[in-house]
Amino acid sequence: MAEFWEQYGALLADSTLETLYMTFGSTVLAYVLGLPMGVLLTATRRGGIAEAPRFNALFSWLINILRSLPFIILMLFIIPFTRMIVGTSIGATAALVPLTLSAAPYIARMVEQSLEEIDAGVLEAAQCMGATRRQIVTRVLLAESVPSLLRGMSISLITILGYTAITGSVGAGGLGNVAFRFGYQYYRKEVMYATLLIIILLVCVIQSIFDFISRRADKRNR
Amino acid sequence: MITISHLTKIYEGDGQRVTALEDVSLHIEKGDVYGVIGMSGAGKSTLLRCLTHLERPTSGEILLSGQNLAALSGARLRAARRGMGVVFQGYNLLMQKTVAENVAFPLKLEKGYDKAAVSARVAELLELVGLGGRARAYPAQLSGGQKQRVAIARALATSPGILLCDEPTSALDPLTTKAMLALLTNINQKLGVTILIITHELSVVRAVCTHVAVISEGRLAESGAVPDVFGRPQSDVTRLLLGREPVDGSEKGE
Ligand SMILES: Nc1ncnc2c1ncn2[C@@H]1O[C@H](COP(=O)(O)OP(=O)(O)O)[C@@H](O)[C@H]1O
Ligand SMILES: [Mg+2]
Repeated sequence: MAEFWEQYGALLADSTLETLYMTFGSTVLAYVLGLPMGVLLTATRRGGIAEAPRFNALFSWLINILRSLPFIILMLFIIPFTRMIVGTSIGATAALVPLTLSAAPYIARMVEQSLEEIDAGVLEAAQCMGATRRQIVTRVLLAESVPSLLRGMSISLITILGYTAITGSVGAGGLGNVAFRFGYQYYRKEVMYATLLIIILLVCVIQSIFDFISRRADKRNR
Repeated sequence: MITISHLTKIYEGDGQRVTALEDVSLHIEKGDVYGVIGMSGAGKSTLLRCLTHLERPTSGEILLSGQNLAALSGARLRAARRGMGVVFQGYNLLMQKTVAENVAFPLKLEKGYDKAAVSARVAELLELVGLGGRARAYPAQLSGGQKQRVAIARALATSPGILLCDEPTSALDPLTTKAMLALLTNINQKLGVTILIITHELSVVRAVCTHVAVISEGRLAESGAVPDVFGRPQSDVTRLLLGREPVDGSEKGE
């Protein structure tokens, strides 16, 4: 055991950090894109605060197309784009680009789902109080769905964590890369098991932290 | 205060046409406590939605203090809306905000509001509705009657000339109903706020209203001062409503 840690401890620690960097980095970036997309989807739907059914149908369709692209294909397909903005297509930072782009439409749907939970009557009440659309979005739609958005974020983080393993297998580093190299190429099964254990641990920790804060944030059940 | 002339509202969609209101004309004077009574589905909520311009009338006109509501949009519509307070049937409170934050909400929509003035106003309003001690509670921690009081305080925050209440007592027990009606009367008399109460309960109109309009199947059956309308009912609906009144036996068995 001690020998194992001596040999692989540093490698596993580094790859864990790399995985966390890719996961949180791309989640944050994907929310920067996905949150406004989700707001737009909710606001423009029929009966929404900025009703535009045709635009909504078109936009919704576009998001479906983006979501249906398999991640591997997207990742390979946008290599030139990745090179253009990161300078390289290899490494953890380069992996942020496909991870972000594939997560954004997914997050848009998660956000849409959270915002839809808000009762239409509450939006109408705000309208009657003289709130502008912008105020309704920020102070009612988003503010009222914070607990639900947080729950969605934990699901997104864990899903994206899974995807970092795929980028790892094609040279982006992280735990996925270690698992792939040692488990598949060098046939060192115990290293692969160790990465698996770390990933399971990460999932559990992320889930419990978000469960805790979203429960704390929710003022509806007390 | 409010003049409604020949208001018609037809809901259209899915190939269906529902005439919710047809040729309704009403006049509400400043200082009135005006009751709109009718059975479920009569079009009462639709009337309120037209008054707040959440719903665009199919035809007819609504004048709010001489202003034609349909002609307003953007900032002017928002200003007109701030001139009326609305208490919705389901309260529609912000569930993630405290009682005080809910009441402060309309005040904080103004650009460059004064923080100290807002908290002073909120404290004053909560005192008025009898919730001085619950400022930091969340709506989920309150009873139905208390939520209703928060909704009233919030509706009064911008000092509107008129308060519109949709079924303010239908979800409350008799004792709480009594207290709620006393509060509304108090608001009308002490603050001089005109009040429109939508209800299906005759007892509510009897208890607090100066004027009443009876609507049935989207049409105005009759309207006028409460003693006149209930003393000499002209329409079948009014008679039917009076016949159902359990407290007063004199009108029974028409
Ligand atoms: N958005 C809507 N679309 C179609 N029909 C509606 C809509 N809202 C209300 N209605 C119909 O209009 C009529 C009046 O409804 P409403 O004003 O809610 O009545 P009340 O508040 O008196 O119970 C009912 O027949 C109802 O089904
Ligand atoms: Mg109703």
